[in-house]
Amino acid sequence: MKNRKTLERGIHILFLLCGIVSVAFVLFISLYLIVSGVPAIRTIGLKAFLLGEVWNAGNAQFGILPFILTSLYGTAGAVVLGVPVGILTAVFLAKAAPAGIARVIHTAVELLAGIPSVVYGLVGMIVLVPGIQKLFGLSSGACLLSAMVVLAIMILPSIISVSETALRAVPPEYEEGSLALGATKMETWFRLSIRAARSGIVTSVVLGIGRAIGEAMAIIMVSGNVANMPSLFTSVRFLTTAIASEMSYAAYGSLQRQALYSIGLVLFLFIMLINGFLNTVVKRKEI
Amino acid sequence: METEKLNLWYGDHQALKNITMTIPARQVTALIGPSGCGKSTFLRTLNRMNDLIPGVCIEGKILYQGKEVYAPTVDVTVLRRQIGMVFQKANPFPMSIYDNVAYGPRLHGVHTRTELDEIVETSLRSAAIWDEVKDRLKTGALRLSVGQQQRLCIARALAVEPEVLLMDESTSALDPISTAKIEELIGQLKYRYTVVMVTHNMQQAARVSDQTAFFLMGELVEWGKTDQIFHAPRHRKTADYVSGRFG
Repeated sequence: MKNRKTLERGIHILFLLCGIVSVAFVLFISLYLIVSGVPAIRTIGLKAFLLGEVWNAGNAQFGILPFILTSLYGTAGAVVLGVPVGILTAVFLAKAAPAGIARVIHTAVELLAGIPSVVYGLVGMIVLVPGIQKLFGLSSGACLLSAMVVLAIMILPSIISVSETALRAVPPEYEEGSLALGATKMETWFRLSIRAARSGIVTSVVLGIGRAIGEAMAIIMVSGNVANMPSLFTSVRFLTTAIASEMSYAAYGSLQRQALYSIGLVLFLFIMLINGFLNTVVKRKEI
Repeated sequence: METEKLNLWYGDHQALKNITMTIPARQVTALIGPSGCGKSTFLRTLNRMNDLIPGVCIEGKILYQGKEVYAPTVDVTVLRRQIGMVFQKANPFPMSIYDNVAYGPRLHGVHTRTELDEIVETSLRSAAIWDEVKDRLKTGALRLSVGQQQRLCIARALAVEPEVLLMDESTSALDPISTAKIEELIGQLKYRYTVVMVTHNMQQAARVSDQTAFFLMGELVEWGKTDQIFHAPRHRKTADYVSGRFG
């Protein structure tokens, strides 16, 4: 008996330790980002760093406004393109699709989620970039728009699967009630089911935003990777791609390298802010 | 409303057998019988809610205002608007009290604020819940008590101005006080609406209804004036059931 009790206690402690690991990593990453990200901001000045429009390491100009705006626009564009498609797909899968078709779409969505981001980038580079170049008569198709399209496709799987789960969880009594009032099925899905599944759908969008804003590999290959102020058809650089593309040749201890750490900190704070904001908005609207 | 030789199958199982009866307008008709006897199924054929269940097959006639309910030309949404329904379990939508009642009218094209305000108030008054909620129309409907939720559902059904109201054991999940409130409400509603109610509770049928129909194993055993069914039933089975010998 005694042995079993000790064993129980031992396993209990093991579980606790496992739980602590993730907490410890979050704390460690936050701390590390702050410690390594703050010095450059202090040297450059917060305003010059966040609002400076020129990033030119050779000239010691470290303004990351172009990166911030690119990340914001790119994510917003991905949401604008991807969320409607994702939600409509989810409604179709949860409510309307015949079993056979639903299965095919499910499989496709799962595969889409499993494709490595570098492959998205590759296909985007080979197909999308030349396509956009021809379509709009540009000198190069590697631009913000291409990145938006790639990101929109990449966020589809999480939006579809999480929204679908939420829509499936809407009690059938709600939908019966709506139909009994003389609503068509479409009206019921769009006026009631989506509303009832709102918190799950917003969660799916938050997940999508998180993925889009944090993505680097796929978009570095289709966005041109030049530190321009963003517009739809110019080559741009994101917060993530700025770090990824310069880290390998920024000298140790240089201000450039430290500024890249600071970009990481800014990115981290961005994701925290967006998550926090959306979560409170959803919670407040909950009835 | 009338039904004529109505048969209904769920796959191989015949749930309704040759039901022929008349539901008089502006009266309360109670459908009684043991669980699984087909009374709820019958109720749900009247506004074609059974259409939603896969594998249902229906034969025979249902006439509403002289017109065939299952005719291919019938617009189900119009039919369901005329024949409203209140369910066993209160099912207010997860939105405000106001939006719940306004849901139906909005669906059917009412959008001006003043019109909606008026419809919401009259409907809530008709469902005897206005005084309890008038100061908090914007709060979530799910915060109401279950009894209030059920009256809200009645208000929501009334808001699309139906002529018939189907109630599927609408008080079975409620406490006695809420049940009494709804029974009293039904007594008032029958002056303006035709009410058809399914109930497990025979005292309730005796108290509230003008006409009673007794179902057993998918057959309509007997129907007629409530008084007659309870005090001078023509069939042995009816007598046994209303006197509580089985059920």
